[in-house]
Amino acid sequence: MPSETAAPVTGVAPEPGVAKPDPILSVSGLRKSFGGLVAVHVDHLECQRGTITGLIGPNGAGKTTMFNLLTGFDRADAGTWSFDGSQLEGMLAYQIPRTGLVRTFQLTKALAKMTVLDNMTLAATTQRGERLRECLVRPLWRQQEREIEARADALLERFNLAHMRTEYAGTLSGGQRKLLEMARALMVEPRMLLLDEPTAGVNPALLQSIFDHVRELRDDGMTVMFVEHAMDVVMGISDWVVCMVEGQVIAEGPPASIATNDAVIDAYLGAKRTEEAQTGGGG
Amino acid sequence: MRPRTRAWGAFALLALTGALAVASAMPASAQEDDEETPVDEPEFVRGRIQDKTKEPSKPLEGVELTAKKGDREVGEAVTDEEGSWEIMLPGPGTYTVTLDTDTLPKGVGLRDEDKASLEVEIEEGRAKGLIFAIGERTTTSRSPAERLLNLGVQGIRVGVVLALASVGLSLIFGVTGLVNFAHGEVVTFGALIAFFLSASAGGPEMPLVAAAVLALLAGGLFGYVLESGLFRRLRRRRSGNVALIVVSIGLGLFLRHVFLIIFGERPRPFTEFTVQKNFDVGPISLPPKDFVIIGLSLALLVAVGLLLQGTRLGTAMRAVSDDRDLAEASGIDVERVILVTWIAGAALAGLGGVFQGITDKITYDMGFTLLLSMFAAVILGGIGTAYGAMAGGLVIGVTTQVSTYWVESKYKLGVALAVLILAVLIRPQGLLGRAERVG
Amino acid sequence: MDIVEVLADAIRVAIGPLAAAYALAAVGLNLQFGYTGLLNFGHVAFLMVGAYGTAITVDQGGPLWLGLLVGVAAAVALGLLFGLPTLRLRADYLAIVTIAAAEVLRILIRGPGEDSLTRGVFGIQRFGNDFFDLNPFPNGEYGIGRVSFTERGLWVLTVAWALVAVFTVLVVLLTRSPWGRVLRAIREDEDAARSLGKNVFVLKLQSLVIGGVIGAFSGMLLAIDRQSVNPDSYLPVVTFAIYTVLILGGPASRLGPIVGAVLYWFVIQFTEGFAREAIRAGWIPESVLDETDIGALRFALVGLGLMLLMIFRPQGILGKREEVLIDAQ
Ligand SMILES: Nc1ncnc2c1ncn2[C@@H]1O[C@H](COP(=O)(O)OP(=O)(O)OP(=O)(O)O)[C@@H](O)[C@H]1O
Ligand SMILES: [Mg+2]
Repeated sequence: MPSETAAPVTGVAPEPGVAKPDPILSVSGLRKSFGGLVAVHVDHLECQRGTITGLIGPNGAGKTTMFNLLTGFDRADAGTWSFDGSQLEGMLAYQIPRTGLVRTFQLTKALAKMTVLDNMTLAATTQRGERLRECLVRPLWRQQEREIEARADALLERFNLAHMRTEYAGTLSGGQRKLLEMARALMVEPRMLLLDEPTAGVNPALLQSIFDHVRELRDDGMTVMFVEHAMDVVMGISDWVVCMVEGQVIAEGPPASIATNDAVIDAYLGAKRTEEAQTGGGG
Repeated sequence: MRPRTRAWGAFALLALTGALAVASAMPASAQEDDEETPVDEPEFVRGRIQDKTKEPSKPLEGVELTAKKGDREVGEAVTDEEGSWEIMLPGPGTYTVTLDTDTLPKGVGLRDEDKASLEVEIEEGRAKGLIFAIGERTTTSRSPAERLLNLGVQGIRVGVVLALASVGLSLIFGVTGLVNFAHGEVVTFGALIAFFLSASAGGPEMPLVAAAVLALLAGGLFGYVLESGLFRRLRRRRSGNVALIVVSIGLGLFLRHVFLIIFGERPRPFTEFTVQKNFDVGPISLPPKDFVIIGLSLALLVAVGLLLQGTRLGTAMRAVSDDRDLAEASGIDVERVILVTWIAGAALAGLGGVFQGITDKITYDMGFTLLLSMFAAVILGGIGTAYGAMAGGLVIGVTTQVSTYWVESKYKLGVALAVLILAVLIRPQGLLGRAERVG
Repeated sequence: MDIVEVLADAIRVAIGPLAAAYALAAVGLNLQFGYTGLLNFGHVAFLMVGAYGTAITVDQGGPLWLGLLVGVAAAVALGLLFGLPTLRLRADYLAIVTIAAAEVLRILIRGPGEDSLTRGVFGIQRFGNDFFDLNPFPNGEYGIGRVSFTERGLWVLTVAWALVAVFTVLVVLLTRSPWGRVLRAIREDEDAARSLGKNVFVLKLQSLVIGGVIGAFSGMLLAIDRQSVNPDSYLPVVTFAIYTVLILGGPASRLGPIVGAVLYWFVIQFTEGFAREAIRAGWIPESVLDETDIGALRFALVGLGLMLLMIFRPQGILGKREEVLIDAQ
């Protein structure tokens, strides 16, 4: 069931909180509650470098909240987490992408009032033209801007968006927006992507293409963690699956072991699969 | 985008309301009395000394007053048989006018002994009226504790009126997300309607109590017109938050200056309950109308609270505030709930305006002056909740009033705004509100 | 009734120093609101500190150039004071806090007596003499037909529109750069910008401060032209008028502030002149409107215009509908 390339997470026991041989992301004691509701309570979680990790769980399990905490969009009550050598807790939301960890949003945040190309070029980091002192003098940043544009065009080509280059992103379809958001995240040149429901509201025809991209990224050495409700998709593409229920990681392991895990089956029988219909609606 | 004709219909409706108001106003603006019209040449201070504890009030003759600039005496006057006095001043500036209390008749004194000297700032070519409040000679001046206590009670009066006026602002935000910068004009509208019905020379001159009830109804009607004529349509067009704020600012500006054209610039009081002898409860001394206003407002606020807690409508309102889509999905007629909220909120605001007009005077921009304090109350209490507006109103009212013990009262609004700014910065979700969902 | 005179008057105001000062204020606001989406409803405070910075410095015996520097410094300080605590707030809270802060500042300036630094309600007069001493134009009337200015008016006007040109170019350069691209991203969705590693807070602060300094120049210009500052000229309604100018011309457009200001003042002045003439000629009965109501009429129109524009044409004359902040996200 794992993909054709050798599964990199071999010889790790499928139990919650287990250590991985080469973790790029490592979370400990992460906790967040809203009023009386404990939205996230993760004792320990590691993510193996260069793999695709599927994050599953019923609606309200705390998946989005965990992404928010990891990327500084929400403040954790407690916990430490590190990404590829940098401690992330206490960092601000804008600092975290600069360490190489980039997230996308469940409700797509394509910038509808900017063109597709502007969406892409915006995302490049360390642009000289973004500094107030240099932005007034075009020659200082013209060369860099050309390079960024070339990189953006290559990515747009790869994500089949090249023909929309000069259109406002608001004119894109829901699925195209998801693609744009992913392509845009790549402009940051991350080492790990956190994708929150990259397929929500996406036309099934595009769905396959999105996961082909995810797989390609992994094969290029990227680490990906994504939230997905469609179980067959998760099982088909992930190297490793983590299941959250009521804020806690109740199971993790290779897809095959998760598919037969009693706790997971319980959680899903309890919450059925109606959720697929409810989530989605891309902006 | 929606067809434009609908929005035009809204404006036709608004214009109609305006025209009605103009029609009822005309006699009032024709009648002007000459007392405080600015003179264009030299600068004056003037006034009239009357013993208002008597019915009818009795002018006091032979009272002496002096005006000083710094230590230099610049003029003096003695009141005539009408009780009137006037001092011509050498130019614009700050003057101190002192009333010689020894020249007052026996048994009569200043209501507040500390107020025998009043400071006044005169701008170029202006005349200013000064009021020395005459009352029974207070035997002992009040202790600091008593003054603070009285300020606190006055603060409660300010606070309950503020709360009454702001409940609508808060609830409307709750159900629609609209930050309504035109809410102050709803308050003014109520006061103006009551004024035209009761105190305007060309109006029906009905008793203020009846006029207040009609003002409450008119406020509700005004809310109905604003919601169904304007804001509902904007919501249907999916107008964003920022656009709505700008629209409500434009609306407020428009209404305020229409009021100015109709009502004029001069503050005017209602004809009833203007001056009352203070009524003492222990160390607390207030005019009876203040006690009545406090009582009525509190009763209304409690009633609103109970309605929100106990009725299906209240539950529906809270459901819509919590999650509009969910409320809609569970069969609540969201648009109707919003409409009812607007009507109720605007009606309370209109009544708040009447109360404000009774304790203070009526001006075309009284609601706008109150608006920032209302925001302060609502945000402090937690925007979107009714109890929040009540709690916030009380806190703001008491703080600003009590602050006048230490800072001059011209800084009072500044104090309210400073509290607002602090509240937003320290606890943006308000004292009773909840944090927002991110991401 | 002399319609030609009314028209000439309207044109004179529309190209005069007042329109230029509003254009300048709108250029600043355009950076903040048009490009960055900051709902700054305390913009008038920037005009106020600019004007007062200058007036107080000269009043205390300093030279005018120092006054101008103080005005700019005051605007930077105010921008930081406004921005540091508030820029993390939601748009609607930002609007409330900025309008409140501007009022607090005005109340503080208004409060003290005649002998204080700000001179309270009396304001400060005659601090712009140095500026008029520099006037290179010889005495006389300049203009075409009935639209003419004195040498003094022409001098103010020239400097004013020159400032408008300089700051318009500055804003164009800024907003066409990658820096401006981040601003536009922030305007639409600051979380998106953050998730791409953009320091949203610093950029908003930069935008607020630069826009505020441009606003301060507008305030200094107006104050020097009038040779007077007074706390009661800096009411919230001035901010609303600048919004009307900006939205009329087109938010986030290059020339919107200029077109907006010229048109705004033309319409205002023409309507006022027309109404005044109509009242005098007895076309409008005095019981409906008399001459003292004309000032009120102006602001009623501004309010109505602001509302209608925002509803029917939020992109104004020159803006792009696709880019304007109108729809809910
Ligand atoms: N800001 C907030 N305030 C209050 N409760 C919140 C907030 N954010 C999240 N929650 C609650 O935390 C819980 C977890 O929400 P979260 O969005 O993380 O779930 P999820 O696993 O992403 O669900 P879904 O699959 O539907 O996206 C939910 O019960 C939600 O209501
Ligand atoms: Mg989620």
